[in-house]
Amino acid sequence: MQVSNKLTPFFENLNFERDDNTMVINFGPQHPSAHGQLRLVLELDGEQVVKAYPDIGYLHRGIEKMAENMTYNEFLPTTDRLDYMAATSNNYAYSLAVEKLLGIEAPRRAQVIRTMLLELNRIIAHLFFVATHALDVGAMSVFLYAFREREFAMDLMEDYCGARLTHSAVRIGGVPLDLPAGWLENAAAFCDKVDHEVEHTYGALLNENRIWKMRLEDVGVISAEDALSWGCTGIMLRGSGVKWDIRKEEPYELYPELDFDIPTSDRCDSYGRYRLYMEEMKQSTRIIRQLIPMYAETSSELMAHSPQYISAPKEEIMTQNYALMQHFVLVTQGMRPPKGEVYVPTESSKGELGFYIKSEGEPYAYRLKCRAPSFFHTGLLQNLLVGTYLADVVTIIGTTNIVFGEVDR
Amino acid sequence: MRKYVPKDNVQKKAYYTDRFHVVPSLPRSKVEEESHFADVVSTIGADAKESYVEIGQLVLHINAEDNFKVMKTLKEKCGYTQCSEQSAVDYLAKDNEFELFWQLLNITEAKRVRVVCRLANGAAIESVEPLYKSANFAEREMFDMFGIKVNNHPFLKRILMPDDWEGHPLLKTYPLFGDEFAAWYEVDKIFGKEYRDIIGPENRDPGKVDIEDTKRFSRVGYEVPFGAEYNADEEVAVEYSETALVNYNKKTSKQLDERR
Repeated sequence: MQVSNKLTPFFENLNFERDDNTMVINFGPQHPSAHGQLRLVLELDGEQVVKAYPDIGYLHRGIEKMAENMTYNEFLPTTDRLDYMAATSNNYAYSLAVEKLLGIEAPRRAQVIRTMLLELNRIIAHLFFVATHALDVGAMSVFLYAFREREFAMDLMEDYCGARLTHSAVRIGGVPLDLPAGWLENAAAFCDKVDHEVEHTYGALLNENRIWKMRLEDVGVISAEDALSWGCTGIMLRGSGVKWDIRKEEPYELYPELDFDIPTSDRCDSYGRYRLYMEEMKQSTRIIRQLIPMYAETSSELMAHSPQYISAPKEEIMTQNYALMQHFVLVTQGMRPPKGEVYVPTESSKGELGFYIKSEGEPYAYRLKCRAPSFFHTGLLQNLLVGTYLADVVTIIGTTNIVFGEVDR
Repeated sequence: MRKYVPKDNVQKKAYYTDRFHVVPSLPRSKVEEESHFADVVSTIGADAKESYVEIGQLVLHINAEDNFKVMKTLKEKCGYTQCSEQSAVDYLAKDNEFELFWQLLNITEAKRVRVVCRLANGAAIESVEPLYKSANFAEREMFDMFGIKVNNHPFLKRILMPDDWEGHPLLKTYPLFGDEFAAWYEVDKIFGKEYRDIIGPENRDPGKVDIEDTKRFSRVGYEVPFGAEYNADEEVAVEYSETALVNYNKKTSKQLDERR
């Protein structure tokens, strides 16, 4: 029987003294490969997992509650803290949801910049995945090489918006800044670099690596039906042979004009998913290369023209009285979108990142729900881990690519 | 006179609203004839109380007790194989009801449907976990955040908040900075409620360490046996900063002195 006191509460779901030989262990929340704050309660029979219970909430900050008490523009920097590996995806998903609610569209140049930033962020997040996944499984050098390139990508982000992780580089209605001089050349050079490294460094180190294949092949197998039922999206779904990418199927931003492929794998295992991450990085560089010439063809507008909701450009605010008045009202009171509800899905690096916003016409959202892909991928663990061995648990947590900023919110 | 603050909705309000401000609504269009959504609506039949298209997505209003039946039809006959999201909206202050929604996705048609229902306060909803496994976590989160009970859920338990938490954070009655229970959570849990007075709100510190308590706290820099008597005269080598260890019994705090 458990002895409970104030510090060690009674766990009604755990049985510490049992007749059979299963053992209950806590995996995390301080485990180095628990991706932040995942506490996984595993019941083991020998080395085999009999029951897995993901316990989350260690990084719960109440972001949805905060969203109800902040104006729409105030909340935007908070979205950086959801999936902190790809902050721009969150900023963008939120901005897009609000833009749909307002019925406005960003100008062409802002769209080019946004799409470039989104893909750059996808590369950053995927490089981070390859690096940490390899590190979890035991390949130290890939981590170092991948972080080198990730650093270059973060330099590009820093050149653009001044921040490395919490970008807030996308605003409701457009982007705040134009690209600095020389950014496009650097981005093109970076694309060449990433393509080369993906092929010749990470790919060469891992693709046919005997140990890597032994650790990943046929580990974490999930059927297409299960993947759909458990709410898997993104690479978790495409890794099970379902060709579903929101960028293609429900296109937003400039994706309908761009030429790129959606890689899928019917291996349904961790190795297939790893190959998809590598392939997606190449597709992202392909997209960025197509966007670079598109930038020159655009006019210089960066924010949508919608005086009711979006402040005018700085020059107008400084020179025109009415623009200043509008700006004052929008800053002090916040924009008041129409009454209604909207759910907008986007394809982030982890999967379907969607924002549900219920507006009652007030400057504060009545309800904001963030549909985070990692939340559902964490839920899947209780199904996926059963029957696997303890050594594979690390691989499976790694392959789901969960980020706790958006699991707990 | 003090300004009246409604207790049933403590969400932040606009401090000023123009008297003549008219709130516009998002356009809702009718379901087009012979479209995919028209087929969905006709398959659901009379269970759909109201249906319209809002920003490209079909919205179906149903009765709360029909939710499993409708979702089963949507999954098996209309191809909505994924439940992307489900949660609730608190309308307790206005209607004493919750609004629940399920966001469903059809992958072959690339269409989305939002099933919406109203649930009376205190009523329970049927779980859709047998249809969509993703509802397992989503319903637990809804229960945790709103206190909405879900019937036939395999493991309905708090998910983000601690198991012994009181209150449901996303209710409109729950303040942004937490209630009294939240403020004293760590103190109550570690020391007990009687320590609230000893510690006092101004010294409330979730990381407080009682240096004399050898049962609940380990020493910094040296070890003592569990439950050993505390000896104040004992010469102790403290490797770390002493300021981290607040000794509330030393009576050094001015605020505490005043209260005593």
